[in-house]
Amino acid sequence: MAEFFAMNGYAGFVWPAFGLSAVILIGLFVSSLRAMRRTEAELAALKGTDGGENA
Amino acid sequence: MHSFANPTRFLRLTRALQPWAAGVALVCLAAGLYFSLFASPADYQQSETVRIMYVHVPAAWMAMFCYVAMAAGSASFLIWRHRVADLVAKATAPIGASFTFLALVTGSLWGKPMWGTWWVWDARLTSVLILFFLYLGYMALYNAFDDQARGARAASVLALVGVVNVPIIKFSVDWWNTLHQPASVVRLDGPSIHPSMLTPLLLMAVGYTAFYAWVLFLRVRTEFAAEKIRALRFRQAAVPPARELKSQEG
Repeated sequence: MAEFFAMNGYAGFVWPAFGLSAVILIGLFVSSLRAMRRTEAELAALKGTDGGENA
Repeated sequence: MHSFANPTRFLRLTRALQPWAAGVALVCLAAGLYFSLFASPADYQQSETVRIMYVHVPAAWMAMFCYVAMAAGSASFLIWRHRVADLVAKATAPIGASFTFLALVTGSLWGKPMWGTWWVWDARLTSVLILFFLYLGYMALYNAFDDQARGARAASVLALVGVVNVPIIKFSVDWWNTLHQPASVVRLDGPSIHPSMLTPLLLMAVGYTAFYAWVLFLRVRTEFAAEKIRALRFRQAAVPPARELKSQEG
């Protein structure tokens, strides 16, 4: 197991490459999902205030 | 194709495709990571650093793929005034910028142990850096105007002008002397890479593509909702409620 994590001495290059890819892509996904939920909730609230006339 | 220019129909399509994109992305990325880290051999020259390829190359492919998608969306917005195409281009930009950033950084992390340097100003690396700035420029320009329509037009023109950079990136390794290796998968005579390494690479590439579609659907839905909010606010501001009109008459 220790050998696997050592990556034959290249751990300092291999793991940051995978780790940063995971952080950036997961961060992009989470921020996109939250923005969608926030915006769709705002739209639903706004439609509620005008009695759904413009829905 | 033109039927997708209808916003409601397009929105329904993204909702239907979203779980499929999510499923393909999760399955392919999980399998791709297993093959990348456990079930593939170390390279005889590059040792374990070859594993960086499985996150670097798909990110670089997606960096170019997203740019072409963004430019195509911008073109059909400028030519046919397709609002949906503009929103797809706008939603693609941050995703493409993220992939480009990852291609640059993972490439740097691969370059240091293998080339002995984090960075060189050669044709491949410089043209990808320019791609990154084109994405940032597009996003900045889009939001630089109070009038949203002007921002959309200006950014679309920039996206179209910048598309000339894409073939430069692709062929930079053939046209100029560079530290970067030439293509080993997308070649006329077929891939020159061993199947044991091609498997994780292709799994990750399909996973990245499905991930792009998944996030794109979320962001397009966000843009549609934001557009409707703007329209509703505009209507509410322009037409006073009926009660007030009556009281003025009285």
